[in-house]
Amino acid sequence: MADTTPMSFDAAVLTEPRGPKPRRRLSRRNIFLYGTLLLVSVYYLLPLYVMVVTSLKGMPEIRMGNIFSPPVEITFEPWVRAWSEACTGINCDGLSRGFGNSVRILIPSVALSITIASINGYALANWRFKGSEVFFTILIFGAFIPYQTMLYPIVILLRELGLMGSIGGLVLVHTIFGMPILTLLFRNYFTSIPEELFKAARVDGAGFWGIYFRIMLPMSLPIFVVAMILQVTGIWNDFLFGVIYTKPATYPMTVQLNNIVNSTQGVKEYNVNMAATLLTGLVPLVIYFISGKLFVRGIAAGAVKG
Amino acid sequence: MNTSKYSVQIRDLDLHFGEIKVLQGLNLDVGEGEFLVLLGSSGCGKSTLLNCIAGLLEITDGQIFIEGENVTWKEPSERGIGMVFQSYALYPQMTVEGNLSFGLKNARVAKDEIKRRVARAADVLQIEPLLKRKPGALSGGQRQRVAIGRALVRDVDVFLFDEPLSNLDAKLRADLRVELKRLHQQLKNTMIYVTHDQVEAMTLADRIAIMKDGKIMQLGTPDEIYNRPQNRYVADFIGSPSMNFLEGTLENAEFSVGSLKLPMTGYNFLNGSASNGDTTIGIRPEHVITGELVGRASVQTSVRINLVEPMGSDTLIYADLAGNQIRIRMDGHAKVRTGDDLAIGIDAVRASLFDKKTEIRL
Repeated sequence: MADTTPMSFDAAVLTEPRGPKPRRRLSRRNIFLYGTLLLVSVYYLLPLYVMVVTSLKGMPEIRMGNIFSPPVEITFEPWVRAWSEACTGINCDGLSRGFGNSVRILIPSVALSITIASINGYALANWRFKGSEVFFTILIFGAFIPYQTMLYPIVILLRELGLMGSIGGLVLVHTIFGMPILTLLFRNYFTSIPEELFKAARVDGAGFWGIYFRIMLPMSLPIFVVAMILQVTGIWNDFLFGVIYTKPATYPMTVQLNNIVNSTQGVKEYNVNMAATLLTGLVPLVIYFISGKLFVRGIAAGAVKG
Repeated sequence: MNTSKYSVQIRDLDLHFGEIKVLQGLNLDVGEGEFLVLLGSSGCGKSTLLNCIAGLLEITDGQIFIEGENVTWKEPSERGIGMVFQSYALYPQMTVEGNLSFGLKNARVAKDEIKRRVARAADVLQIEPLLKRKPGALSGGQRQRVAIGRALVRDVDVFLFDEPLSNLDAKLRADLRVELKRLHQQLKNTMIYVTHDQVEAMTLADRIAIMKDGKIMQLGTPDEIYNRPQNRYVADFIGSPSMNFLEGTLENAEFSVGSLKLPMTGYNFLNGSASNGDTTIGIRPEHVITGELVGRASVQTSVRINLVEPMGSDTLIYADLAGNQIRIRMDGHAKVRTGDDLAIGIDAVRASLFDKKTEIRL
């Protein structure tokens, strides 16, 4: 057949469907898909846009009322004022002091809570002891008790410890409140690591700490990143504990931001307020950008293996 | 207690998980340099027993001796054992070299000595080119070699294997099986090997312990297990396709089921003579005689073929014998068809008789 009609065979090769099926760019499915994505992005990004734009405007321009228009004359003065000059009560050194406080609260809280919770989780996953399940249940139950019910007892506790109003006191509170959820997170991750690996390490003569540091830790970077992101955002954004357990000199950034934005004296400096809010939100944002990829991988790893 | 000629001894071992009795009053002696296989279906307690020997599970009662020393309360690393796991259990963040030397570093062995032992293990297992690689970059067979190497460098007397070949594909499993046997001949260590694969058990073992519900059903050489199973469970478990069982009565050393009469002349009765009563006879499919040899068998009869399963090397035939369906194994060239009549012979010497009630060998 092919010998007698070579021409028509060649024609068929050129015109008949072959290879990957061509896709139309503007199919109904694509329009719907990208339209939705676009709409949702705008919905989320518009407030941020307004904040950024407003923070770069001078007060006269803001008073004209076009909140969506880009700044005619870009000024960084509101940012400088928010950082170092904005007043809360009698202090007029801006957010910088709050930032310092927040950093001094954040670093020990995150380090301490993750260290303790990872060891907790490791012990509960691999070194089951009599009553370890009961212990775990009680710990997890702690995650479901509303914080508000514990506020006053903790005031008394901190007073008795002599930590009320100090940064150390707030670090202790953050560490304790992070414990249930972080322990759960670590326990589940360590449980997903094959038990035979743990057994092999025991035959190889590694003990409790040897296995933790040399076998488990190197395998758990993703879950540490997840825990770190949870704690950094949670503790940085905390307002309730900060306002209750510290005093003006040790207020974290969020409390100070609130005091700047809500101060009722004089004119409302919208540009300064916006700049202050953006500055406060910067730390969690940076953490997300740096570790976003690891964060997703960590969650996925837990999902697949768990 | 004289424990010198045994490598591993287990005395009255009990292990309970709450109400569940996983191991009950288990006794086992493993000789110096012996290759012992623990064989059983899943859930029979074979892996549990191995973990008890390794010290990875806290036992409820009993004693464990290794090389004459009571190790019942000792840590796994202090027992003088090396262990190989089904999932290889290599430390993923370490190189092969790191995996091999991890245990030695924990034991604070001198650096030169570590180097020497790692090199020797790598040489024995032919994994020198892999030493700088991480486990993720190795194939399944290579990983299992490294896992064996990790036990090897420990310079111990007893190796414990927990289904080490189960995760490998069939071809590789056969290769590594041969290699393990060679390794045992070369090293002459005591090896205790858990598997559910009877081919592995038959080919590797000096002795096999068949386990069921936390008890040892029979402990013996592969030949004893195959030819003289001590009870019906072992007879049924070993052999593929499994043994044919016919239930009948034994009277004056003659087994009868329906119209079939089998004089058990030449059968080696356990207590020397035949008793009378309800009895089960077990005949392996490969022990049913067909072809020209039928004429020499002690009992000859004819069966109608119900089904033929050609398997290449063999042909498996399903047929009726005295009202029971039996399997007969013929060689692959056999020209038989469904519906044919087939002349068969049965040799009493190669059959097994079990008390119908107790299921114990007569």
